[in-house]
Amino acid sequence: MTVTTLDHPTGAGAPTIAPAPAVAPAPAPPGPLATAWSVTVRTLRKFRRTPQLVLIGAIQGAMFLLIFRYVFGGAISPGPVPYVDFLVPGFVMTSVLFAGTGTAAGVAEDVEHGFFDRLRSLPVSRGALLAGRTLADTLVLAWGLAITTAIGFAIGFRIHGAVSMALAAFGLCVVYGFATTWLFVWIGQVAGNAQAAQGMSLLVFPLTFVSSAYVPVDSMPGWMQPIAEHQPITVMTNAVRSLALGDPSLAGLSGTTAHWVVLSLLWSAGLVLVFAPLAIARYRRS
Amino acid sequence: MVPPIVEARGLTKRFGKVEALAGLDLVADSGQVVALLGPNGAGKTTFVRTIATLVRPDAGSLRVDGIDVVDHPERVRRVIGLAGQYAAVEEAMTGRENLAMVARLFGHDRSTARANAHAVLAQLGLTDAADRLVRTYSGGMRRRLDLGASLVGAPRLLLLDEPTTGLDPRSRIDLWDAIRGLVAHGTDVLLTTQYLDEADQLASQVVIIDHGRVIAEGTPSELKARAGRDVIEVHALRADDLAGLAGALAPLGSEAPWLDPATRRVTVPVVGGRQAINDAVRALDVLGVEVGDIALRRPTLDEVFLTLTGAPIDSPSADDIHEPPAPAVPAGTA
Repeated sequence: MTVTTLDHPTGAGAPTIAPAPAVAPAPAPPGPLATAWSVTVRTLRKFRRTPQLVLIGAIQGAMFLLIFRYVFGGAISPGPVPYVDFLVPGFVMTSVLFAGTGTAAGVAEDVEHGFFDRLRSLPVSRGALLAGRTLADTLVLAWGLAITTAIGFAIGFRIHGAVSMALAAFGLCVVYGFATTWLFVWIGQVAGNAQAAQGMSLLVFPLTFVSSAYVPVDSMPGWMQPIAEHQPITVMTNAVRSLALGDPSLAGLSGTTAHWVVLSLLWSAGLVLVFAPLAIARYRRS
Repeated sequence: MVPPIVEARGLTKRFGKVEALAGLDLVADSGQVVALLGPNGAGKTTFVRTIATLVRPDAGSLRVDGIDVVDHPERVRRVIGLAGQYAAVEEAMTGRENLAMVARLFGHDRSTARANAHAVLAQLGLTDAADRLVRTYSGGMRRRLDLGASLVGAPRLLLLDEPTTGLDPRSRIDLWDAIRGLVAHGTDVLLTTQYLDEADQLASQVVIIDHGRVIAEGTPSELKARAGRDVIEVHALRADDLAGLAGALAPLGSEAPWLDPATRRVTVPVVGGRQAINDAVRALDVLGVEVGDIALRRPTLDEVFLTLTGAPIDSPSADDIHEPPAPAVPAGTA
């Protein structure tokens, strides 16, 4: 082995860099929990310190909620309850998907700017890195859902059942959020840049409109009803609405609340089972 | 016997139709800075990403500090630190938070992570900015922080993919100093660059890569010697004189002269050394053109690259702030 000295002395000017201090290597790589937590903290900090992210999400949500409530609301009569009581549970549920756009864009940005490469070059579990990201995005999402719900109450929404059931409805939305975040993390990676990721996420939106989220399914054309009836967003909306109104019949639904909740949880599990492996495989891929 | 820090044998990687690595062979010993030099698309970045376990090779073998990257990627990741072409740091965190996070991900406990972050910030001259959000940093500061993030885990091998691309000259020199400081303390460095002066400044082993293969390697002086001949360089006073000067010098050269209009230089490789420069002075006298300056010198790495590949190194993209000296172009193609 030969050690060759540099041909040149140091560059122009006095060196501004102090001699390297002793930084020792770590005894062992971190475990999956510590790994996930480090990444979670980063995403939460980013959210908290980027006012655009905090404000724009909330303002957009409020804007659409007001438009539905006051512009379209007068033309829609969902039956036994006022439109605002029908709308808010569906709206809060679908804001999970709107928030997902932000997740996909954030992930794509991390890919684009090499942040994912930095993380992937570290001696940690890649699955744990992604799990940390998903956890953080779910927490951010829960915050957004709480704001939307508060606005819902401010414009006249009232629960019709027990408080515990309404809380369960909220919890259910957070579960959906966790499940769909895997989908959006996958989309963000596949898209590769923030704009493409947002574009791809928009493809989910026809699904939110062709559902029971904003209008009763039986007001749609006959050929559309079977699609709207059976797709997951309708199932998830029906579960949340049944809990919030305390009784599925107030939501114009047959079947028990338990039926809708279990079915929506199965859909959520399905989403995780499909998109978590896809997202992790994509992340680990080399 | 210490294994080479990087040992690649017949390394191949294909992306669709593009063969990014085409049987690359390279052995880099510990204790030095190795520069991979080559134009855009030569395979430098793919090679670095393969070492960093971000790309899995199709064929061939690659060992880092004796560890196979395909069999034990997680062990390789404990040896390396990567700083990429982008400053991969979180803008919404402070410099200190960024480094502490990465130190934690290397496996340090909270207090050691904080201490390492502190030490590395001081080492890179970022102590004053340590508690500011990175979004307020200049490009050069971000790049130094990115370098710091690859350091807090005390890797044995630091991978720097075009570390100074897009930096202004001052930041570039600062970063060079930082890299030299690391080497002095025993960290091995493998860097890629399109800038010949960067390789010349930093590296003790220069590896020239083109089309996914190593086409030449050695110390900067060995490579210059390998390109062989000394060159005579004439600096014209007026750009209009360049063609005439090239014509007058052509008979003396072992190859056609190179014209560089940007710096008003004519360069010609010669065999005869001292005799050649006498001839050159005489030829210019006959031509009767006044010149700024005439010199006999060793070839630059630019000229070495040109000789070895038959093509100049790509000029940097237009958005680069720092323009390295424009490469010479062979007369006739200019």
